Amino acid sequence: MLEFLSQPWPWYTSGIVIAFVMVLLLFFGKSFGVSANLRTICSACGAGKNVKFFDFDWRSQTWNLLFLVGAILGGFIASEFLSTGEVVQISQATIQDLSALGISAPDDLQPEEIFSLEAAFTLKGFLILLLGGFAIGFGARYAGGCTSGHAISGLSNLQLPSLIAVIGFFIGGLITTWILLPLIF
Amino acid sequence: MRGLKFIIAGILFGIVMSKSEAISWFRIQEMFRFQSFHMYGIIGTAVVLGVIITYVIKKYKLRDYQGNPITFTPKEMSVPRYLIGGTIFGLGWALTGACPGPMFVNIGFQYWSILIAVVGAIAGTYLYGAIKDRLPH
Repeated sequence: MLEFLSQPWPWYTSGIVIAFVMVLLLFFGKSFGVSANLRTICSACGAGKNVKFFDFDWRSQTWNLLFLVGAILGGFIASEFLSTGEVVQISQATIQDLSALGISAPDDLQPEEIFSLEAAFTLKGFLILLLGGFAIGFGARYAGGCTSGHAISGLSNLQLPSLIAVIGFFIGGLITTWILLPLIF
Repeated sequence: MRGLKFIIAGILFGIVMSKSEAISWFRIQEMFRFQSFHMYGIIGTAVVLGVIITYVIKKYKLRDYQGNPITFTPKEMSVPRYLIGGTIFGLGWALTGACPGPMFVNIGFQYWSILIAVVGAIAGTYLYGAIKDRLPH
């Protein structure tokens, strides 16, 4: 069983479990949306004193922070007990495109050129992660949600705003992939 | 402990995002290059099931475990807010290869450098809160 679970899981299992997690949270009286936690963290750190947007009862969002703690634990369990150190099975075309940019073929889940500690503490690597994260935090709050809140919960509710947000996610992602990455690497 | 169920839901989420490789920068690149069905399969399956489930919940007015009706708060309609905000989000998503959920799953997976992106995301959220009244919504 453990051996079976240790292989990479096919996409449909993931889709089914994500939908299940969404239902679980609805059944618990909450809604699935991860990026709201970033606002809660700002508020819990006292940002509400200076900025009205963070002046709310963040303790009412504790449940979502606990979900986040679970997500970290889930990643830990997967890496420690359900992993055989496999290499991510991306397509040959992607490997070739990335190698043209100078990013070597995967030997685990993340590229050495960005995620290794040596790379992350070069100016380039550090800025990629910091500014990338910055855009994610800023954009998610501006758009009122991220992949979980808009692409999963919002599209499931057939909300037009969520569709517009998802189109935005793709416009941004395509700009980075096709224009920014070739300039950076 | 009332909070335990949320931790368990999170663990389930963290394991499945890891094991389906959705936390991988490479998978996000592959998606934005349209070179594999994998990520579209994950999101597509979740959305198709989600649409059915949401429809059933509304149609049969299902309740949560405490007996309260399950409600969906629709987002206020606007174009600039979702389009501009979404585009900025997408720029960062393709750069770090992780949206907010997978960002935290990556910490558990011990890709420690992702912590830099988490700090960035918190700072970005703060800046939005500070200047939101000056942005088009």
